[in-house]
Amino acid sequence: MAQTNIGSKTMDGMGPKGTKVGLLRVLGPAHVWALGVGIVLVGEYMGWNFAVGKGGAYAALIACWFAGILYTCVAMIDSEVTSTVAAAGGQYTQAKHIVGPLMAFNVGLYLVFAYTMLEAGNAITAGYLVSVVAGMSGHEGALDQRPFIILVIMSLAWLNYRGVLATLTFNLIITAIAFVAILVLFVATTGIVGASIMQHGALMEGAAALPYGWIGILAAMHFGLWFYLGIEGTTQAAEEVRSPARALPFGTLAGIMTLLIAATLTWYVCVGVLPWEFLGDGVNGSVAPLFDTARLSGSTGLVWLLGIGTLFATLASANGCINDASRAWFSMGRDKYLPGWFGAVHPTYRTPYRAIIFLVPIALIFALGAPLDQVITFSILSGLLGYTFMPLNIIMFRRKWPLNSIKRGYEHPFHPVPAIVLLSLCAITFFAVFLGYGTQLVAMIGFYIVVSLWFHFWRYRFVSRGAQFTMPWPKPKGY
Amino acid sequence: MQTWNYLEYAAWGLSALFGLAMLVDWFRTDTTYSEDVLTSSREGELEAMTEEHKV
Repeated sequence: MAQTNIGSKTMDGMGPKGTKVGLLRVLGPAHVWALGVGIVLVGEYMGWNFAVGKGGAYAALIACWFAGILYTCVAMIDSEVTSTVAAAGGQYTQAKHIVGPLMAFNVGLYLVFAYTMLEAGNAITAGYLVSVVAGMSGHEGALDQRPFIILVIMSLAWLNYRGVLATLTFNLIITAIAFVAILVLFVATTGIVGASIMQHGALMEGAAALPYGWIGILAAMHFGLWFYLGIEGTTQAAEEVRSPARALPFGTLAGIMTLLIAATLTWYVCVGVLPWEFLGDGVNGSVAPLFDTARLSGSTGLVWLLGIGTLFATLASANGCINDASRAWFSMGRDKYLPGWFGAVHPTYRTPYRAIIFLVPIALIFALGAPLDQVITFSILSGLLGYTFMPLNIIMFRRKWPLNSIKRGYEHPFHPVPAIVLLSLCAITFFAVFLGYGTQLVAMIGFYIVVSLWFHFWRYRFVSRGAQFTMPWPKPKGY
Repeated sequence: MQTWNYLEYAAWGLSALFGLAMLVDWFRTDTTYSEDVLTSSREGELEAMTEEHKV
């Protein structure tokens, strides 16, 4: 083992445990950043503004920052655990090693549902954007959005099928353009360059300040998640980065910093131009607030830039979701939590090709047959269940393998404060979601209870119990 | 406008092409390589090669 050359071209992705064809280790920190920020940035372009409708502009800002704290805790905890458990599957693999098989099965399903639903939501949005462009270019009558929705899913699935390096390099480019577009809009509309069009004082005074009082802030928390939902997806690249201990914490923490900046700038420019009643109605009012702000600036260049940014952010999110959902599904197949057939790697492209193909029709069914708000709500709920697992996970991780017992790529500070803060914010957000989508929340939890029973009484007998624990760690403390 | 009708047809056609490309390659791959090779991936290879976890 000591003589194995990990830089070898012929051995890359293959090793002493018998892997003949493995995932390719070709990614760097920039790709990790592109994966995390790429999935999330669409939430800045659209969706977050429902928080304004729930409680006004100030409530949206408070929700933005509280959700920012929640996701900073998520990013720190994920960085520590995943830089140590560096394998595809992300939180599923963490749960498998640290908590147990039933938790791992559930977390794996949370991940697949969260990302596949988000992918479907992004495809629906891309179809809508194309129809808007058609309308603006003079097309009469309703455009059939279905071929464009299907094209987004099929083309990005094909890109993912062909290789992870091209997939995430593509994500890096379009995500960077979408982020720069937000910076340019901020600079061009706030008076830094040229005249300011901001009217915060007029738009946020009197009853507009907090139209529904403090309960509005609580209700806004649900949509405050949209600013950051998906940053935890960076962990799915763990088996494909060249240096997990360096790239994962670096990419994830740079990603959350980028999003905190993008979220705050987005809030600032949009609430300074758009009245809260219009901004907060994401269906009949402002569907794409950054684009609407650009339109009100009167600059054709900004309209084009933010229009392209909106489309790119949507595509980057769908692309990253395909990458992440397929890795989670692949990992569960590899451990026989699902049929082992899904654990196959393409010998040429070195991607989990069967998992990618299998999830395409599922994404298509949801994209073509379900309303956008329901699709996104199920994505958020699955994500939220995943975040609730994380604090328990890190507490058990630190107890079983205390600092200095195993090598960690990153040690997050102030433990257990981030875990406690994350758990408290999750509880608040569950209550906020229950206020608006109580039926869906109960239905979703019911679904996970049913599949847990199926796993416990039937599927678990097929799991490769011995082979699934792969980390060369000492026995946990107390065992 | 005619252009958008053509674009709709183009989107249908491209979607079918992407789908077909994946299906054909999937079939070729599964018939060329044994299941043993395709599903040989094991978790934790890099760790097994580089980490002993002795601090």
